[in-house]
Amino acid sequence: MFLVCGCIPESFGGHYRVTVDPAKLLIACEEPASAAILVVRGGTIKRNELMPQLFHRSANSAARISILAVVILATLGLTVVFGGVRSPNFTNQYLIRNQPIQFSHKHHVGDDGIDCRYCHTSVEVSATAGIPPTRTCMNCHSVLYNNVGYLAPVRESYSTDTSIQWVKVHRLADYVYFNHSIHVNKGIGCSTCHGQVNQMPLMFQANTLQMQWCLDCHRNPEQNLREKKDIFNMDWKPGPDQAEKGKLLAAQYNIRGVRELTSCSTCHR
Amino acid sequence: MNQREFMDEHNHEHHHVQERGELRILSARAGADVAAEAPLAKHALDLAAVRGKLQARAGKQYWRTLEELAEDPHFTELLQREFPRQAPSEWDEGVDRRDFLKLMAASLAFAGLSGCGVPPRENVVPYVKQPEGLVLGKPLFFATVMPFGADAIGLLVESHEGRPTKIEGNPDHPSSLGGTNAFAQASVLDLYDPDRAQLTTNFGDMRSWSQFLDSAQAAAAAIKSTEGAGFRILTGTITSPLLAEEIQGLLKLYPKAKWHQWEPAVSDGGREGAKLAFGRYLNTVYRVEKADVILSLDSDFLAMGPGNVRYMKEFFRRRKLTGPDGEMNRLYVVEPTPTVTGATADHRLPLRASDVELFARALAAKLGLGGGASLPGAEKWIAAVAADLQKHRGSSLVVAGEQQGAEVHALAHAINAALGNSGVTVYQTEPVEAQPVNHLQSITELCADMDAGKVDTLIIFGTNPIYTAPHDFDFATKITKVRNTIRVSTHFDETAEYSQWHIAESHFLETWGDARAFDGTLSVIQPLIAPLYATHSAREVLAAFSDKPGVSDYDALRDRLKAANSGADFEKFWRKTLNDGVVANSAFTPVAGAAKFSADSLPPAKTIPADQLEFIFRPDPSIYDGRFANNGWLQELPKPVTKLVWDNAALVSSKTSEKLDLAHKAASRGGEHGQIYSPVVDVSLSNSKVTAAAWTLPGQADGVVVLPLGYGRTHAGYTGTNRGFNAYAVRVSSALFTATGGTLKKTDAEYSLACTQYHFNMEGRKILASGTLEEYKKNPNFAHEEDEQPDKSVSLYKPQDFPYAPDKPAWAMAIDLSSCNGCNACVVACQSENNIPVVGKDQVMRGREMHWIRIDRYYTHTPSETDGGHSGDPSEYSPALDNPETFFQPVPCQQCENAPCEQVCPVGATVHSSEGLNDMVYNRCIGTRYCSNNCPYKVRRFNFLRFQDWETPQFKLLRNPEVTVRSRGVMEKCTYCVQRISNVRIEAEKQNRAIRDGEIVTACESACPAEAIVFGDQNDPNSRVSKLKAQQRNYTILGELNARPRTTYLAAVRNPNPEMEKA
Amino acid sequence: MSVAQPPINHPEIRRLEPVLAPGHTYETVTATISDVVIKRPLGLGWFAGFTLAFTFLMVLTVAVAWLIIKGVGIWGINVPIGWGFAIVNFVWWIGIGHAGTLISAILFLLNQKWRTSINRFAEAMTLFAVACAGIFPLIHTGRPWMAYYMFPYPSTMGIWPQFRSPLIWDVFAVSTYGTVSLLFWFVGLIPDLATLRDRAPHKWQQMIFGALAMGWRGSARHWHRYQSAYMLLAGLATPLVLSVHTVVSFDFSIAIVPGWHTTIFPPYFVAGAIYSGFAMVLTIAIPLRKAYGLEDFITMRHLENMAKVMLATGLIVAYGYFFEFFMAEYSGNKFDVFLVDQRLHGPYSPYYFALILCNILTPQLLWIQKVRRNIAALFVMSLIINTGMWLERFVIVVISLTRDFMPSAWGRYSATVWDYATFAGTLGLFTTLLFLFCRALPAIAMAEMRELVAHTSKDHD
Repeated sequence: MFLVCGCIPESFGGHYRVTVDPAKLLIACEEPASAAILVVRGGTIKRNELMPQLFHRSANSAARISILAVVILATLGLTVVFGGVRSPNFTNQYLIRNQPIQFSHKHHVGDDGIDCRYCHTSVEVSATAGIPPTRTCMNCHSVLYNNVGYLAPVRESYSTDTSIQWVKVHRLADYVYFNHSIHVNKGIGCSTCHGQVNQMPLMFQANTLQMQWCLDCHRNPEQNLREKKDIFNMDWKPGPDQAEKGKLLAAQYNIRGVRELTSCSTCHR
Repeated sequence: MNQREFMDEHNHEHHHVQERGELRILSARAGADVAAEAPLAKHALDLAAVRGKLQARAGKQYWRTLEELAEDPHFTELLQREFPRQAPSEWDEGVDRRDFLKLMAASLAFAGLSGCGVPPRENVVPYVKQPEGLVLGKPLFFATVMPFGADAIGLLVESHEGRPTKIEGNPDHPSSLGGTNAFAQASVLDLYDPDRAQLTTNFGDMRSWSQFLDSAQAAAAAIKSTEGAGFRILTGTITSPLLAEEIQGLLKLYPKAKWHQWEPAVSDGGREGAKLAFGRYLNTVYRVEKADVILSLDSDFLAMGPGNVRYMKEFFRRRKLTGPDGEMNRLYVVEPTPTVTGATADHRLPLRASDVELFARALAAKLGLGGGASLPGAEKWIAAVAADLQKHRGSSLVVAGEQQGAEVHALAHAINAALGNSGVTVYQTEPVEAQPVNHLQSITELCADMDAGKVDTLIIFGTNPIYTAPHDFDFATKITKVRNTIRVSTHFDETAEYSQWHIAESHFLETWGDARAFDGTLSVIQPLIAPLYATHSAREVLAAFSDKPGVSDYDALRDRLKAANSGADFEKFWRKTLNDGVVANSAFTPVAGAAKFSADSLPPAKTIPADQLEFIFRPDPSIYDGRFANNGWLQELPKPVTKLVWDNAALVSSKTSEKLDLAHKAASRGGEHGQIYSPVVDVSLSNSKVTAAAWTLPGQADGVVVLPLGYGRTHAGYTGTNRGFNAYAVRVSSALFTATGGTLKKTDAEYSLACTQYHFNMEGRKILASGTLEEYKKNPNFAHEEDEQPDKSVSLYKPQDFPYAPDKPAWAMAIDLSSCNGCNACVVACQSENNIPVVGKDQVMRGREMHWIRIDRYYTHTPSETDGGHSGDPSEYSPALDNPETFFQPVPCQQCENAPCEQVCPVGATVHSSEGLNDMVYNRCIGTRYCSNNCPYKVRRFNFLRFQDWETPQFKLLRNPEVTVRSRGVMEKCTYCVQRISNVRIEAEKQNRAIRDGEIVTACESACPAEAIVFGDQNDPNSRVSKLKAQQRNYTILGELNARPRTTYLAAVRNPNPEMEKA
Repeated sequence: MSVAQPPINHPEIRRLEPVLAPGHTYETVTATISDVVIKRPLGLGWFAGFTLAFTFLMVLTVAVAWLIIKGVGIWGINVPIGWGFAIVNFVWWIGIGHAGTLISAILFLLNQKWRTSINRFAEAMTLFAVACAGIFPLIHTGRPWMAYYMFPYPSTMGIWPQFRSPLIWDVFAVSTYGTVSLLFWFVGLIPDLATLRDRAPHKWQQMIFGALAMGWRGSARHWHRYQSAYMLLAGLATPLVLSVHTVVSFDFSIAIVPGWHTTIFPPYFVAGAIYSGFAMVLTIAIPLRKAYGLEDFITMRHLENMAKVMLATGLIVAYGYFFEFFMAEYSGNKFDVFLVDQRLHGPYSPYYFALILCNILTPQLLWIQKVRRNIAALFVMSLIINTGMWLERFVIVVISLTRDFMPSAWGRYSATVWDYATFAGTLGLFTTLLFLFCRALPAIAMAEMRELVAHTSKDHD
């Protein structure tokens, strides 16, 4: 009888055992792809007792699944990573910090209608908008609520001449040189970056502040340009006509071209 | 101003950097550094606490250490500064235990466990009451002056939220006219020097100021009883009327008291020369701008001595060429060793210092001023010079050197008078010095008195006698005979070691005061910041011994000015003065009286046999007489001609070097651009010995050995202690500036010197173009001979890859090589503006210095003609090196339009801006260094290690908040001061206008006293830079590479005397 | 159960040295090779060697850790010499890798029977060399933890790598090369893993080899797919042999630095790579066959063939050197002329002459058959050539940088202890892996050897 088997008996899948006298080898066929296939005459084949099965049958399906699993896990992993770095957990977006004084922008801006510049005095002239000195608070609070408990830290700061230690909410990367004045002077309103502060009882970071986000605007500023009068208007929303309005404003403010706005040295030094 | 003034929101923007560790790029917006403030604030409190304690302790108290007294570890830490490291130590060899542990830890963390957490909580700390006129994030500028010898340089100091960060020249000040020099630029680092003395001590034990006042008053009483017989004051040169008044007051109070002066690096020649010529001490002022022909008799007037910044401006204004029809002044220099003045000269004659007097006499004789002297070998030269001077009667100028003797100065005066220059190019005024005396006599007397035990109270400030006094005086032993020595100095220095009291002196940026400039102009020294430590001014110390102690400098100054300017509305005058930085027209008026002096009256000149070596002492070009020894910026500043850093060396001429076999050789590490092995020599001179490294200096007069002063200090501080060799050790009163009879013996030892440019040969490449005025007139295009400028239209890239819209600015720079004398002001200015770290000698020797702008020094030297091929190794002798023409070339980033660096950066960390800047984005850089390899100009600098010092609080105050502080592992380079461009652009855009020409001034440009560097918009045909680039002299380095640099150069043009060529 | 075989009398085989010594059967072949892995006890020699290699590997860990703590400043690099040992080693290792792929892929496609007994460990060598090479581009950066900027991924910065930079091409070239080599090697291993599984005495060995063998049973279907997969991968690997080092050479030829900016680089880098690769194969093969008695499988014919390949590629490299000079002088470009002159007369000329000696002069001895057939001589020769090729990279990388455009900025370079430690460390990594490999996997492809048996034995019966 003829038997087709692996090149030499030992290398059977472990299911069969064949004893072959090499002298009985017939020929090796010529075709190289199957050069290893030998035709053996007169061997005897019986179930293999000596070599038990190594793996359970399920191993096969496990192997097949594992291939699929690798693909799926890889995709999943990447999604998690790239999604994660954009998520609030990572960017601190919407994170409300515990401040020494529960200062409410909603109350001061929304209800009392105080202009941003009353406190953030240097926003139109300098890189930094400026956190108001205690004296600014005392301008009003020496008369208004001048003995309310939760303003005690303010009064104390003023009397003891020690600063109030606010916790930073908007933190740009170290190497970014953001300049408030140029944005405010070129038709970018406060709320575009800081969100609707007039509706924030407690301040939080409204945007990711990631470079991607900056570029979204620097690559297409028109979408966010407003008229001078609306700069400090917290409720401003781009209207349906923003597209062409933006173009007009860009021309009027003579905003520099995208190449200029996206040059590295525009923000990095 | 109190500590809190630093603590504004701006400062706190980047509080976390400390925690974040070095794996991040930082922004320096002082912010960067705010962790700093805490210690300082604390420190302030501690002082208070300590003072409190001191007051509290009644009667005698003893304590061993400060901890014991202050009971505050932090305070002691601040006091005994263990960590001020301006430079990292060597890392690659030797790992100590702590490092090793760190190392193992990291090996474990290998798997990539390096945590990247959420940024820690940062605080915003606003003012309680914001000072008026301060807009957060906007720097303020204040006018003040830096007193320096018999001069005071007018400055405008940039202040960020109360921290002085950058020095600029004051255009309204006669001694500056907007320019500065390296010393002035670096002075801001001295303010923040962590090694500064920070409090009053008595034999090293801390005392409160009030305790000192008490003891001073007690002493004063005793002094009064003896009419001040044993009371002495030793100072340097003083031009401050306020200080002088204080001293005079004391002298009036204690008639027998004496005031001595000692300025080690300036000879009495100037003063005594004036006396010889005019019969009394007078101050000499030059009007360099009016001179067509200038002869310098061993005078480095363009870099050293009173008015040097002003003179440099005036001198180079006469060398600006707008075209071939331009005219230039002409400079002859006779000097023993190459200085920047000599290197700029049209004709330079190397002469031994002692022969300079012979030269002067011979010239005088030639000009018919008597004396039959002649100088063999130089007759033709002298004849030509004499002729040229004659030709320009009334528009010529002879300048005598600070280190030359009285005779030379007298002769100079005589010659100027004879040539009718007096009153035109030179005039005399009343002395600027508060009390001109012969310093040598003065200190000699003092020593005698000390030795005789006649001195029991001695106040020393403004000079460091233990270190600088002639060693034959043996000041150290004599001072021990003084019962009570009060030392006032910024550092606890050599003299402080020998003093009972040490009063930490305030920096001039911390004090109120006044000073006179070289021409007598009076200016107010206005503090930029409250003293960082418990420091006091010399005047306060003097006042402590007067009958009205405790008057503040501020009040004293105002009272004095009130008295001096009675009548007019004082407040108005005061405000104007502070604003301008000068007291309006307070300059001295010229005094009449020509030099009545004939060369005949001179005693026969003493000559030194030719075979004898002549040793001369010169202030070091970087650290002067040693007063700047602890200033890292100046220590690491390549000396203009030798390009050595961190060391001084005994300079010898090429011939001498060949004779004594003193050739130095480049090391295999760093090598040519770093470490040089030089033979060590024993200098035995005036019965004393010093061991020095020898350095062969082309152009040095043969037989002259220069021993630069200022090094080898023992108590300078971390940076300056034990660098180089101490030349004062072989300097005796009989031979202060020129000594003979010494020997130079070569030992078999070798010493490693750090040299930033060893190779001086251009290897026939198109790097520095130069020519004479005649050539230029003949062939205005001489700078472009045989250059292969590639056709700009040929490019594989589409034209829109370089869309420099003609209506938009295209930033560019033009550097006029005719105007550069390598004075180094730009280098320090750049370092200060751009937060460039000091890396230390070891790193420089590895070829890793960080300067964004370097000044290359070339000797025009055509190998073929002279000696058939010279390797460019200065220690290889060639006749052409006896007196080579020297040229300087500042090389910042060339800002190529077709930048080779940009093509190869894998992450796009260096890319082009729309205005043609070659932006470097630190936070994107991963540090492959490919860009540096591919940069043909080698202007890129890499942070091989963590070069920035992030621990030392003082340095955090120093940094420019507008510029990122680069971390380890990133590339950096000149940015054309992009922060200044951005700020100006933003202001311009807010006003919807174009940026005006000259509105943006780079740090190097504003510092340059020669106005050699011009920055601007090359798309604007009317800009200064476009006009310069339009000149035919304009060329680019290695143009054939087609990198299209935005920085171009104007070929150097010299104006030699045709007669001389024949000579 | 060896049975005496009649002498092989195939006309072609007879003339040459046999690629397989006579007297071998499937059984003996399999036994000799697999016993090295599963039966033979770990000898003292192996332990000694392994310990030494492992020590060096530890040196690497320490060196790299220190590097990450302190920064690349611990190396000898500076401005102007921004690249030193790190890049030299990178190019050298990548080059060594090439021989493996060449042997296993190209020679396979050309149906060169003599490749059979050396391709397995040649490929292993390739992988290990690439592993060593791969370390350097990463650690030579100033901020390795930011190196991922070099990959194109959706960044929150909204920007991409700079694709014009050859370094980016490197990233792709090397990673592709590594991946393909690994696959190729593994696929080749499968039948042998099955063999080991079947012969392994211990259960745990069987489990491990069994898992790796992925249920290979040697059925005709298996064989058929195996063959086509192997063929396919061979086809894929072949162009890589040329592409990888070409791209590596771009790192230099794209730059404008005199001595780098040369069009001859790609061909002569590839030739150099194969040159050094074969040298390394010899360096490994000669001790290996001795230690594990594999002389019958790695016969004199193999050694001689490799010697011939070295001679040929060596000549191509020599041609490259010559042309560097010729192009410089011919073009008359003053920078190039100066540079080649500096190679001869500059401060680094000893390195250059050493290089010529190692890479051009000594190998000429290979013309002589006696030398080609002298094992000791070949071993020494292979070491010399490896050194020579390392020097070549040193000359190209360092000397060019020391003498570029601005004489004022010229500098010198000398390595620090950490440079040497890192290099020695990668040698440690390489040898460690080799030691593990030769005891954990069959150093010679058993299945293919059995084919040889089949081929050589088909003449009789």
